[in-house]
Amino acid sequence: MIPTDSRRVETPRKALTIDPLKVSPPLGAALALLGVERGMPLFHGSQGCTAFALVLLVRHFREAIPLQTTALGEIETILGGTDNLEAAIRTLATKSKPAVLGICPTALTDTRSEDMTADLRQITQRLGDDLGETLLVHAPAPDYVGGLQEGWAAAVRGIVDAAARPRPRRADHVTVLAGAHLTVGDLDLLRDTIEAFGLTCTLLPDLSGSLDGHVPETWSPVSLGGTPRAALDDLCAASAVLAIGEHMRPAATLLGERSGLPVTVLETISGVKGADRLVAELSKIAKRPVPATLRRDRSRLLDSLIDSHFAAIGQRVAIAAEPDMLRALVTLATDLGCRVPVAVTTTKVPGLDALPADRLLVGDLDDLQTATEEAGGCDLVIAPSPAIRAANALHAPLLRVGFPQVDRVGSQHDTFAGYQGSRRVALTIANAITESHAAHHLRPPAHHHHHAQTEAHHDSATPVAPY
Amino acid sequence: MLTDRLAPVFDEPGCATNRAKTDAQRKAGCKPKGPAPGAAAGGCAFDGAKISLQPIVDAAHIVHGPIACEGNNWDNRHSASSGSDLYRRGLTTDLTELDVIQGSEKKLWKAIRQAIEKFDPPAVFVYQTCVPALTGDDIRAVCAAATERHGRPVIPVEAPGFVGTKNLGNRLAGETLLEHVIGTREPETTTPTDICLIAEFNIVGDLWQITPLFEALGIRLLSCISGDARYNEVTYAHRARASMVVCSQAMVNVGRKLQERWGIPYFEGSFNGVRATSEALRTFARLLVEQGAPADLIDRTEALIAEKEAEVRRRFEPFRETLAGKKVLLYTGGNKSWAVVSTLQDMGMEVIGTSVRKSTNHGKDRARDLLGEEQKLLGAVPNAEMYRILREGEADIMLSGGRSQFVALNARRPWLDTNQERHHPYAGYEGFLVLAERLALTLDAPVWDLVNGHAPWEEGYTP
Repeated sequence: MIPTDSRRVETPRKALTIDPLKVSPPLGAALALLGVERGMPLFHGSQGCTAFALVLLVRHFREAIPLQTTALGEIETILGGTDNLEAAIRTLATKSKPAVLGICPTALTDTRSEDMTADLRQITQRLGDDLGETLLVHAPAPDYVGGLQEGWAAAVRGIVDAAARPRPRRADHVTVLAGAHLTVGDLDLLRDTIEAFGLTCTLLPDLSGSLDGHVPETWSPVSLGGTPRAALDDLCAASAVLAIGEHMRPAATLLGERSGLPVTVLETISGVKGADRLVAELSKIAKRPVPATLRRDRSRLLDSLIDSHFAAIGQRVAIAAEPDMLRALVTLATDLGCRVPVAVTTTKVPGLDALPADRLLVGDLDDLQTATEEAGGCDLVIAPSPAIRAANALHAPLLRVGFPQVDRVGSQHDTFAGYQGSRRVALTIANAITESHAAHHLRPPAHHHHHAQTEAHHDSATPVAPY
Repeated sequence: MLTDRLAPVFDEPGCATNRAKTDAQRKAGCKPKGPAPGAAAGGCAFDGAKISLQPIVDAAHIVHGPIACEGNNWDNRHSASSGSDLYRRGLTTDLTELDVIQGSEKKLWKAIRQAIEKFDPPAVFVYQTCVPALTGDDIRAVCAAATERHGRPVIPVEAPGFVGTKNLGNRLAGETLLEHVIGTREPETTTPTDICLIAEFNIVGDLWQITPLFEALGIRLLSCISGDARYNEVTYAHRARASMVVCSQAMVNVGRKLQERWGIPYFEGSFNGVRATSEALRTFARLLVEQGAPADLIDRTEALIAEKEAEVRRRFEPFRETLAGKKVLLYTGGNKSWAVVSTLQDMGMEVIGTSVRKSTNHGKDRARDLLGEEQKLLGAVPNAEMYRILREGEADIMLSGGRSQFVALNARRPWLDTNQERHHPYAGYEGFLVLAERLALTLDAPVWDLVNGHAPWEEGYTP
């Protein structure tokens, strides 16, 4: 049996992080703000804070990324950066005219403990009409706590706080707070699933409108799409609030308080049970039976699990991802009968200890490699693209997920959610394992390929191509 | 104080921009205007310092800061290595709130020890970032103590992001090498043809397009700063007989101080294109002979240049027709803003504008000479204007870095990466041909007709 006591998530206090799994929370906040139509994130920090996040987002999405900086120098950092913040907001509000301007503090401003809430209130007063239609959002996501999903969660909560106003209840409409682990492809599937019940929805944020890789008709200095500005005023005009991912809970709770609507947080909508919970919930909200198309999708998922389990059962899958993505992936892998000897994540959150993995660590990609070696190796690694080094060292293929994926195009269209996304992942895992094992078939037993340490393994001439 | 050490870096006599200043302007430093909040682009000083030193492949590079400084940033340049890949590992102290409150010097001390125990590198570079600089971590002291304890150099790189731009960071990295690295060890042997390359980062193997030329001439690359470098060879730079500053904007201070301290003559040059490459080889030959190398080096260099240039002309033929007359918008920096102009002109292309916003005055002069018209020297071009130039067909293709690529791509025009994220080496004679081929393939790619065509239900549709 897998132990499930809450102390078992290991959080080694390491002085040296080697090959980080984490990216910075402000990067996550920026990404969420890019999921709002005419959105623009502004980092309150030194130029480099923005440049690094910008370059990484570009490398992953291969799209233009609107992202600006208050460009703090040493003097402003020491004396206080409020003037820079005001100047940046004024410049952006009058020139780029974003619908939503998201202010993301960085470690630099956090260390100085600037009172951003007060600063922003005063700046708003001073700017007056210069601010125009621009809605200011405060996305407090310190660099020190967590990674992308924590920053994303803070930005979404900030948007709800700035925009949500009491509205009359709107029948058959769902306000969905979408977690950072959902891809553009997942959001498309989620919307289709909701609409299959005759419901309409507002997705917040909605990267499927902005970072879905379409060719725009003109150049835009702000995000190219996403949750419409008007829909932000109407976040409370719904019949229910649905949050996808545990990290969406704070935003969902706030929206529940503002709207008085019933709130449901679904930790994951991946795997049979996760997708079932989503579909059952929608059926309840719509007061309609589950439509035939979704029943068929479920049946296809079950069949793909049957087809995939032959390759997958007993296979050892090491996984590294942010907490809510990890939840989805561990669920999918273990549904297939895989064993997860090691799961690495970025931050300790409630509920992780219940995941069926042998070892759970908060750590980096070197921990992924080292812990998996200690556990006797693995057959497949599931992680963001920088894990290619660890995967090669483990002689296992890499299935790329999460952020970043810098050596793939179109990863935003990969799906993980619902019946369809789960089916795709199940088949992908089975195919990756089959392909990797094909190289070893019909070889003498001396080349028996995994459980690492034998010399035959390391001397094997088997090519170890990245997945 | 860091500010004390910054002052001499601002006053760089090797920098033409600086020479053109009044005393008062010079004292004000390199960032009189400073970046504009809400309208700035580009990296910070830490970024520049790391770019300059990280290509030293066998060293451990530890970033002392919160996760943003390394987690968003590691292994993101295509500097190539012929050996160790330790330089590609993402090593950081990943500071937490608790570290900041308690002080993070001890954590850094432990991190250095862990890196040495795990990787056994010949040297460790420790990069200061804004947060520990703000809280007053003394990384100089930690590095000095660690050097003593571990019996190998542990080098503080003091260029926290907020002290200035990427370019300032490049120079601070140069100062770091001059203070802690260059001249600390001696090569086993020296030759009359030992050279040093400065600010050549071996992006996708650029350097390896050049090294066969040196080898053919019997010139020894004693020290490369810092592409594909081993730590030891950087310490030998003071024994070179001549040095070349490849990206003069980045590290001219190193070239000048090598001359000042050790009498090594230097020149600013480029390996971008045929003309620049030949000129660089010629200059090296002349300087080395002046320093005592056998005089026949000059004739042998001319013979090699003649042979290579003839070969390039022959092998360029298949691309000539595709490239002839095509209009290029060049949006890049450093020596590329003029060197690539001459390259493209040699290919028969027309450069409608080149951005000199990140060029030295020397670079601007060269670009002006090549283009003939002042208005073709561009400053920062707003994205909307860049989009218009491309969409309306004033340029057939844009050459730039990754960040501006989407302006061209959204305008549905061809784009080619000339910066550090590219996948092909463009240096030297071979690189000229690689660039010609990439340009031809990009311009001819069928995708441009498809994305500029119309759907059957749209106006302008042609079957």
